[in-house]
Amino acid sequence: MTDVFTTTIVVATIASGIRLATPFLLAALGEAIGQRSGVLNLGVDGVMLLGAFAAYFVVLDTENVWLGVVAGITIGICMGVLYAVITVFLHAEQGVSGIGIYLFGLGMSDLLFQKLVGTPLPIDQFSEWSVPYLSDVPVIGVMLFQHSPMVYIAFLLVPVVAFILNRTTFGLNVRAVGESPESADSLGVSVRRVRFCTIIAGNALAGLAGAALAIELGIFQQNLTNAMGFIAIALVYFGAWRAPGVMAGALVFGMVGAIVLQAKTLGLIPRSASDIAAMAPAIITILALVVVANRFRQPAALTKPYFRGD
Amino acid sequence: MFKKSLVSFFAAALCSAASMSASAEALKVAIVAPSASNDLAFTQSIVDGVNALKEEFEIEMAITDGTFIVDDAAAAIRDYAKQGFDVVLAHGSQYGGSLKEIAPDFPDTAFAWGTSADTFGLPNVSAYEAMSNEGGYVMGVMAGKMTKSGVIGVVGPIEVGDAKLYVDGFVEGAKAANGDATVNVNYIGSFGDVALAAEAGRSHIANGADVMTGTAQMVVGAIGAARSKDVAWFGTQANQTKLGKKVVVASQVYKWEVILRDIFNDAKNGVLGGKLHKVDLANGGLTIEFNDKYSLDAGARKAGEEAMAAIMDGSLKLSH
Amino acid sequence: MPRSLIVILIPVFSVAAALLLGAIMLLMLGANPISGFATMLSAAFGSLDGFSATLIKSIPLMLVGVGICIAFRANVINIGGEGQMVLGGLFSTMAALALPGLPPLLLVPVVLLAGIVGGALWGAIPGALKAYFNVSEILSTIMLNIVAVQLMNFLLRGPLIDPGEIERGTRIPQTARLPENSDLPMLVDRLNFHSGILIALAAAICAWVLLWRTGLGFRLRSVGLNPDAARYAGIPVKRSIVIAMMLSGAMSGLAGAILVFGSESHRMVTDGSTMGFTGSAGFNGIVVALFGALHPLWTIPSSILFGGMLIGANSLQRVAQVPSALIIALNGLIVIFVVSTEWHRKRLQAESKVVNEDVVDK
Repeated sequence: MTDVFTTTIVVATIASGIRLATPFLLAALGEAIGQRSGVLNLGVDGVMLLGAFAAYFVVLDTENVWLGVVAGITIGICMGVLYAVITVFLHAEQGVSGIGIYLFGLGMSDLLFQKLVGTPLPIDQFSEWSVPYLSDVPVIGVMLFQHSPMVYIAFLLVPVVAFILNRTTFGLNVRAVGESPESADSLGVSVRRVRFCTIIAGNALAGLAGAALAIELGIFQQNLTNAMGFIAIALVYFGAWRAPGVMAGALVFGMVGAIVLQAKTLGLIPRSASDIAAMAPAIITILALVVVANRFRQPAALTKPYFRGD
Repeated sequence: MFKKSLVSFFAAALCSAASMSASAEALKVAIVAPSASNDLAFTQSIVDGVNALKEEFEIEMAITDGTFIVDDAAAAIRDYAKQGFDVVLAHGSQYGGSLKEIAPDFPDTAFAWGTSADTFGLPNVSAYEAMSNEGGYVMGVMAGKMTKSGVIGVVGPIEVGDAKLYVDGFVEGAKAANGDATVNVNYIGSFGDVALAAEAGRSHIANGADVMTGTAQMVVGAIGAARSKDVAWFGTQANQTKLGKKVVVASQVYKWEVILRDIFNDAKNGVLGGKLHKVDLANGGLTIEFNDKYSLDAGARKAGEEAMAAIMDGSLKLSH
Repeated sequence: MPRSLIVILIPVFSVAAALLLGAIMLLMLGANPISGFATMLSAAFGSLDGFSATLIKSIPLMLVGVGICIAFRANVINIGGEGQMVLGGLFSTMAALALPGLPPLLLVPVVLLAGIVGGALWGAIPGALKAYFNVSEILSTIMLNIVAVQLMNFLLRGPLIDPGEIERGTRIPQTARLPENSDLPMLVDRLNFHSGILIALAAAICAWVLLWRTGLGFRLRSVGLNPDAARYAGIPVKRSIVIAMMLSGAMSGLAGAILVFGSESHRMVTDGSTMGFTGSAGFNGIVVALFGALHPLWTIPSSILFGGMLIGANSLQRVAQVPSALIIALNGLIVIFVVSTEWHRKRLQAESKVVNEDVVDK
């Protein structure tokens, strides 16, 4: 009896860590793509909030979660176009314009929510998808294969993004543009076009991350993301701009969070120390990076606007 | 709507200029509050409270909401006092320290702050408090009677103030009704992290909880978890039935109008403060609103109603 | 039209364009945009009360911004201002609670120094992690912000809580009123206009002197411009990175201390978030510094402008009952518009300089 009970708890905790990691993973993958091409986007959290609101609003209206997902991605693309125009064509300083996007998203999502919805009403949530056969495998099945579709999408995107960046011409161009836009340009790669694409892809993922969050939670409220986007940016640095590394970071952060929650629920952590325990995901993420000793350096052209030699 | 409030503001400004000598007809009430005025929780409860009195009093209301920065709230409180508002409600326990410094500068303005129990010995400050442990106890009793698994989950923000009071009352009630029940309390460490609150709810469910409650604005996440897993939920601060029509059993609702009536009447009669006010079950300032759509076990409801009666007639004393 | 005039007009026009968008949003909300903006402007700069509020609001922005200048000049990106402010607030609060008996002349410098130490410590950690363990400061500062808020909540609801809160059972997570001897001296008592502004101005000037008039400043800037070259020149790059982060954190820590001791309530209180304490100054300070072209002296007007914007926004909400969310969105738009035109302004400025030099040459 106690054995089963313990296994159940361990399985539930790991499943919970995977769920907690999902929005971070989606947003961080998007940010990693952009940074690989040399564009820092500090506005992820704002785009997530707008994507979350768009998804929430559409699902509230249509009761169709997939239309909500589409809405989140669409808003992400729109914000991507805006950010691309600002940073690629107008050569704006990336750090500040990202903060501008963040503030805009933070305020606008709240304003739209207040004006169009008012009081928080629940929306349809994702139903869980059990992967045929795999979900029946004892232990592993519940842990990995009984999740909302967004979880699978997020984790399947990891090999997809890795493949695109490492094995395709486009990926090669992205990395070239991020390392040395001048030489990429001299080889006939359009720096603008590549960065335009990566920014839009990155923001689409941020919008998707927001949509996934709002639909998973079934609710929207002011500042729903609670600065998740910034943690996602941190995780890009954890993962050294590589999709598997970013996934590792998201999982460390999510897992430690889940373990702490579970320990609190079980009363293993005294209430007087609940705040101290809540520090654990942040501290362990830092320590993990210290131990792993990251040898990668950032894309050489990161945050540097490119001016074609004129 | 905003046009209207703009007009009413200018009207208020004109009135305040004109009515310095003559006794003003309308009572000018300002609210300064930390979250959004339609949050289905703490801030909305005070706005609803003032609105509920519009029949009895002629009231002009101004709201500054979303003021989580304490010094911004202090500036707003000062500004409303300067503008000649009759009653300024500092609706956030974190505002008290500032109010203590501001109130002496405006001896003719009535200030009230909550939730708290300290008037600083100032004649123009009243304090108001919700005995949220009472409703918590009643709902805890029902939860204790309802649970089949014997596990009850509680999601809290940080163990402070009103949240602690409510959770302590709920746990006390659950334990009293069902000594064998396990009540797991999870303070997640944040008032804003909805996703973490949702996972805290799920971790309760994974541990076998079939009844849950929670408090503060991030708790909507935990209600979502309850909704998706069909676990019973008890709400507080506002009627949360809207957030889960199938799972919300009952909510403890704050009816601030009960004490605002006294504060407004006092203000009209020139008594500007110095009093402690409490909303509780006995004075009707706290009510338990049931969700008609939820088929609550009759025995559990009866136990809850008995506990409520015992608290109201004073035969049951809570540990707080 | 002369080029130099265009150079000045570009930022003005970009702000105007953002405000125009804001005006459309105000109209859609049913508020009068003209009276709205007039309200903002007069609240922030139109009266002595307003201007004093603006200056007070600009203090943390200025200090954090100056710290950002130092870090960014050494090519260290400090996103940890929020956490460093919190640590500054906590350290200074603990100092005041520990030494209530000191006379004001001693206690005020002591608490400010404690704030500086707290912030510097919280800055030194990511600095050392970057220098010696190759951990990106962007990662560590964001994570340490999370740690700081939990530390604040732990201390304010536990060891540092006002004993009265436990007695009354209300358990509001705040300290007792800090000793009056630790209040920042007032410049104008009626306006609550305290001497924090002088400290912030002095800090900005010191930072300028440090960066451009001292050997340490030269080393920091060399590391920022080209770490490899600096290393060859014999500059201790790692130590310089730690020092840059410490100085940056010290400025934010000082900002946190001034927030506590210059606040209306003269105590530290938490609503559970960093924003509730800092007002996001640790974050907005980055925008302020970049607007000030990462120059400590230009950060002064930049922070006053932003402080005015925040004060005006609060007043707009009170007067026209416009949701504060609109103001946040509008601030974002202003940042986007100004930063988008900045490069073109600089290019035109550079061109007009070239033209002028040509004229001189001839």
